[in-house]
Amino acid sequence: MSAPTLALDEKALLKSKLRKAESKQRIRAYALILPLFVFTLLTFLVPIGLMLFNSVHDPVVHDTLARTSALLDAAPDGPIVPDELVFKALAADIKQAVKEQTASKVGSRLNYEASGLRTMFMKTARHISQVENGPWKPVFLEIDEGWGKPKVWSVLRQTRGQYTGNFYLHAVDMTRNDQGDVVRAAPDDRLYLDVFARTMWVSLLVTLLSLAIAYPLSYWLAHLPPKVSNLMMVLVLLPFWTSLLVRTTAWVVLLQKEGVVNSILMALGWIDNPLNLIFNRLGVVIAMTHILLPFMILPLYSVMRQIPPSYVRAARSLGAGPFTAFWRVYFPQSLPGISAGVLLVFILAIGYYITPALVGGAGDQMMSYFIADHLTRSLNWGLASALGGLLLVSVLVLYALYERFVGIANVRLG
Amino acid sequence: MSASAKPVQKAPGFAPYVRFWGKFNHYVLLAFSLATLVFLMAPVLVAIPLAFNTDPYFTYPIQSFSLKWFKEFFTDEVWQMAVKNSFIIAISATILSTTLGTLASVGLTHRNLPGRALITAILVSPMIVPIMIVAVGAYFFYSTLGIANSMVGIVLAHAVLGTPFVVITVTATLAGFDQALFRAARSLGASPMTAFRRITLPIIWPGVFSGALFAFATSFDEVVVVLFLGSVEQRTIPRQMWTGLREQLSPTILAAAVVLILISVGMLLTLEALRRRNAKMRGLKD
Repeated sequence: MSAPTLALDEKALLKSKLRKAESKQRIRAYALILPLFVFTLLTFLVPIGLMLFNSVHDPVVHDTLARTSALLDAAPDGPIVPDELVFKALAADIKQAVKEQTASKVGSRLNYEASGLRTMFMKTARHISQVENGPWKPVFLEIDEGWGKPKVWSVLRQTRGQYTGNFYLHAVDMTRNDQGDVVRAAPDDRLYLDVFARTMWVSLLVTLLSLAIAYPLSYWLAHLPPKVSNLMMVLVLLPFWTSLLVRTTAWVVLLQKEGVVNSILMALGWIDNPLNLIFNRLGVVIAMTHILLPFMILPLYSVMRQIPPSYVRAARSLGAGPFTAFWRVYFPQSLPGISAGVLLVFILAIGYYITPALVGGAGDQMMSYFIADHLTRSLNWGLASALGGLLLVSVLVLYALYERFVGIANVRLG
Repeated sequence: MSASAKPVQKAPGFAPYVRFWGKFNHYVLLAFSLATLVFLMAPVLVAIPLAFNTDPYFTYPIQSFSLKWFKEFFTDEVWQMAVKNSFIIAISATILSTTLGTLASVGLTHRNLPGRALITAILVSPMIVPIMIVAVGAYFFYSTLGIANSMVGIVLAHAVLGTPFVVITVTATLAGFDQALFRAARSLGASPMTAFRRITLPIIWPGVFSGALFAFATSFDEVVVVLFLGSVEQRTIPRQMWTGLREQLSPTILAAAVVLILISVGMLLTLEALRRRNAKMRGLKD
């Protein structure tokens, strides 16, 4: 530029031009991100939102037994068997439901709250259509005396709304008593806290085992000459790239009763009868550790590669023993790799479904299994969604930790 | 050590201060590491030969070898449909996630972008959220839309599962891309599109391609979404293996496994070649 200084207005003009150009570029950057963002929103965030909505959305009783629900809204709370007016409304509702073939939905919905109510409701639905006139209360009581007990009315009161927290209550082994208060479920009905604890325990076990196995291996790999370590890394990456189903199949082949491991042990004469190595907790932990091990090795290895060997040498030359030098100098530097690997493996482990389902027994199934079960078998979508919601929350908490300590952009993919 | 001795340590030589226990530990570590590598590789290696067993058993020794299970895999109608479906779904999902993921990565590498961390966290979250939750959500969503038992639903769900891998690999590659090259092309009159297509893309394509490979592998291996969203006509190879493992263990599953392993070896080798090429182009030595 020829002029030594720019005139003041020229400077301002340049500045505003620059700002304009920058904001234009920023808008272009957002425009490039937008398609994927919208795609992720529609195919991922909205479906998950729908699942969360279904975990509290409970329209069956509200819509099907509309008149009864409205009357119960107005009635005082409490475990009271209502009077003729409500029974009359209920009779009309049930008759309409039978005509519209929605009665069985209501029966199932009531049954989720207290087993036995489906049978009672369906029996009532069958008989009530043949009755023309009231008084309805005696008619109901004659069909099933359960209608005179507070239990069913308490359930109808709880489920009459459009929205409910009951699915979440069931997901943590709680329920409501006849008074509508939150209490622990009967011991026989408690299940999911156990499942939750089991999921966490198996994941923790797998994570710690992976760490214990991966740390020495990564250390060894990181201290090899690059040519050798690259070759050895292929041995880590090949199982990583092998289909999950293939690896699970391999473990079934290896560990089953007539499987490879048992035949070898028997041929060697070490055991007389085949061991139960699969369809139990042992099989799940072995197979999951094997499958998740590369996710621990990769971050550990990439962090350990960056640790300069001179530090440990310096510590040794200053008089530290091998253990002290490792523990006080090397180990702290490998911590980022440990936190990355541990969080990643744990996050992946708590969502596992395929492997426990194929190599575990009935008592080894984790959260995902019960979500699938309620979705496809018992058709209790509300409970499936609530369990999914709890699983999602646990993963998101861990994800936030991961983001905080590691940063998702730093994930290494082999 | 004399003064003329080379100062560099030679493997497997030990540093002078390493005593007996140091050497002992070294060999323990070596043994442990080799054992771990065996643990990683063995299951797959042990299972492969059983696919060639004439008898439908999963035990050694193998009395006679045959290719009949492979013949069944390649001729059986159900398996053929599974192979076809797997490729159709995986290729469609890969094209979708690679295109969207690459575009977004270019946007994400724009310097000082407000909200970048949050946007990245959201875009990458499909990799972290348990597959069961994705599948349940997709099942509700696509049932509402009426495309639950169709290929479309599976492709869309698989595509979103694959995008995080594309975003991660492509942003990592772009971080090493010299933006001055793009600006130079622009200043010489190229439109942004042309500059991207002729300058940026040829340089970052190894990253794009490895992202695509990850996306392909994700879809090709995915079974839970297929389980919920697919009807009988949308069975894929992993879905078929799942059924086989639950109902009756036939060596055809092992033949399918061998084919899948060959595919993954191919992908791994491609990826390794790309990594080398990428490092070379950036002038890095490994």
